[in-house]
Amino acid sequence: MSKYFERLSNGLFKENPIFILMLGMCPTLAVTTSATNAIGMGLSTTVVLLASNVIIAALRKFIPDKVRMPYYIVVVASMVTIVELLLKAYFPSINESLGIYIPLIVVNCIIFGRVEAYAAKNSVGLSLFDGIGMGLGFTMALVLIGSFRELLGAGTVFGLQVMPNSFEPISIFVQAPGAFLVVAMLTALQNKLKLPSATNGSGKKSALSCGGDCANCNEDTYTAYHEGDKNNEAKGKGE
Amino acid sequence: MNSQYFVNLLIIAISAAFINNVVLSQFLGICSFLGISNKIKTASGMGFAVIFVITLSSIICSLIYDFILLPMDLEYLKTIVFIIIIAALVQLVEMVIKKYSPALYDALGVYLPLITTNCAVLGVALINVENGFDIVESIVNGFATAAGFLVAIVVLAGIRERMEHNDITVSFRGFPITLVTATLMAMAFYGFAGLV
Repeated sequence: MSKYFERLSNGLFKENPIFILMLGMCPTLAVTTSATNAIGMGLSTTVVLLASNVIIAALRKFIPDKVRMPYYIVVVASMVTIVELLLKAYFPSINESLGIYIPLIVVNCIIFGRVEAYAAKNSVGLSLFDGIGMGLGFTMALVLIGSFRELLGAGTVFGLQVMPNSFEPISIFVQAPGAFLVVAMLTALQNKLKLPSATNGSGKKSALSCGGDCANCNEDTYTAYHEGDKNNEAKGKGE
Repeated sequence: MNSQYFVNLLIIAISAAFINNVVLSQFLGICSFLGISNKIKTASGMGFAVIFVITLSSIICSLIYDFILLPMDLEYLKTIVFIIIIAALVQLVEMVIKKYSPALYDALGVYLPLITTNCAVLGVALINVENGFDIVESIVNGFATAAGFLVAIVVLAGIRERMEHNDITVSFRGFPITLVTATLMAMAFYGFAGLV
């Protein structure tokens, strides 16, 4: 049981996808305008991640290595479509406010990262808990950033008035520049306090194809991994 | 084709490139925006590759949506279909230009695989569908969105090249200062809001 629990705490704290691995910057910046949006996005991603993890772990011995990428894409895209249709049917207001960011979960690097690095090599049970842990870690981080932005930008959290009436909302925080600013401050704080994070090189990097290091993604690191498709198996395991 | 239609296209182009800038206000393609903006040369290479791929994928995705998915009532499959088209298209483009245009391949080749996972490509295809754009409008929207990406990434790269020798507080070196720069750029792009 402890190894399942370890998976949960790994996703929530040790390898938190946003705070430590710095994966999935697009949704992190785009949907954290309010805590409600953040929780909607976080839970949708969690469902997609755990469902894809389970399917890919269950079929990992039957899928030839050569076709694994198209197969991952189809599985993940199908799960996203299911979640999108469910949201449309039961939570139309969340679906409305998240808009195209729901279908864009397909290209979220957290999903591909976990599927490739974990579910493709581990049992169904462990992959399920890995998906839950990573998903909840993602949700937690989004909600924290979303609450912070909503609190300063609108004086509310989850739509409830928190700040006193005399507080003048700093509306820049709920607009586009505020997203960049909040993450800039977050990463600066991590540097200052020497907290582990992929952006200052002290954090654990994900075992994603390119190192999962979105912040330092460039053609060199990318081609270093992908150029020799024959020898990248060895490299992938070495990382 | 009356003048009203061209005015409409112009409005789509301006709002896609500047007002709703793909990175600075819609947050699509952030990874490459922050990662490949060290030097103007690589940033512009990436920008042109993105223009090439997004324009091409806008054409193909909107053709497939209008002539296959819509008549067969399969709109709900659009996410799956579009991502497969984009992944296959990027591979195909890479193979074709490698064979027929080595010069173009030298300029854009290394960036092409990076683009598959760039959410801007899928994002534009979905925005085209969501707004009910026809094929011409989709092409214009795709091209203008990608041009907006090129402008944003080249400007950021220019600023970063200049900042390289500046004395920045230790905590802000690297990632944080890049994001602060992006914050200021996003504020500047707000100035375009009244344009249309």
